[in-house]
Amino acid sequence: MSAVADNYARLQALGVEVISVSVDSHFVHKMWNDHELVKMVEGGVPFHMASDQAGNIGRAYGVWDEGQGIELRGRFLIDPDGVIQAMEVMTPPVGRKLAETIRQVQAFQLVRASKGTEATPAGWMPGDLVLKPGPDLVGNVWKVWKPSQEK
Amino acid sequence: MSEPQGCGRVTGAVSSDGAPPAPSPESTLKKEVLVTARPGQKAPEFTAPSYYRGGFTPVKLADFAGKWVLLCFYPGDFTFV
Repeated sequence: MSAVADNYARLQALGVEVISVSVDSHFVHKMWNDHELVKMVEGGVPFHMASDQAGNIGRAYGVWDEGQGIELRGRFLIDPDGVIQAMEVMTPPVGRKLAETIRQVQAFQLVRASKGTEATPAGWMPGDLVLKPGPDLVGNVWKVWKPSQEK
Repeated sequence: MSEPQGCGRVTGAVSSDGAPPAPSPESTLKKEVLVTARPGQKAPEFTAPSYYRGGFTPVKLADFAGKWVLLCFYPGDFTFV
């Protein structure tokens, strides 16, 4: 979570709000923030650290691990209409890569701004070519984009 | 039903779920919350106690309607990744 907190300003600049959730109480969240995270991130965690001790939210999002009584690493990108646009769920030992989350935010925001008339090919980064799906593009993607263009 | 404020609610709840049911073997068996989170579908609404910038402030997903939200679950405080 410290990685997300450390990049909060970048997320805010993109108009993204953050909520973290675990089965720890909000009192333990305070202790974790005050005793450890504040040493990793200037000023500590700037977003809501939600508590889901009974796992109700985790169950609804499919990240509840019944055997361990914890929530798996799960990342959900929710758009301004409250619709989930992206999700990624991982077992605990491997951390996320926030740069990929930010890339996806930028791609989904571009698609949304185009009202769905544009799509981003594999590996798309801001500034790269976007696709305009339509009758003319069917069977012709190869003319404008090849996998070798993915950086 | 009024929402418990501050420390009144001890755990998160999906909104359709209301307050956590009184614990009885019967209700725990019947009360299977369905996974409704899927890409392209509405995110399940929830409310939960939360620690926020030095205070205890309940958080609701609906508070952020009209904004992009990054919702991050993780295994636990004081874990290593």
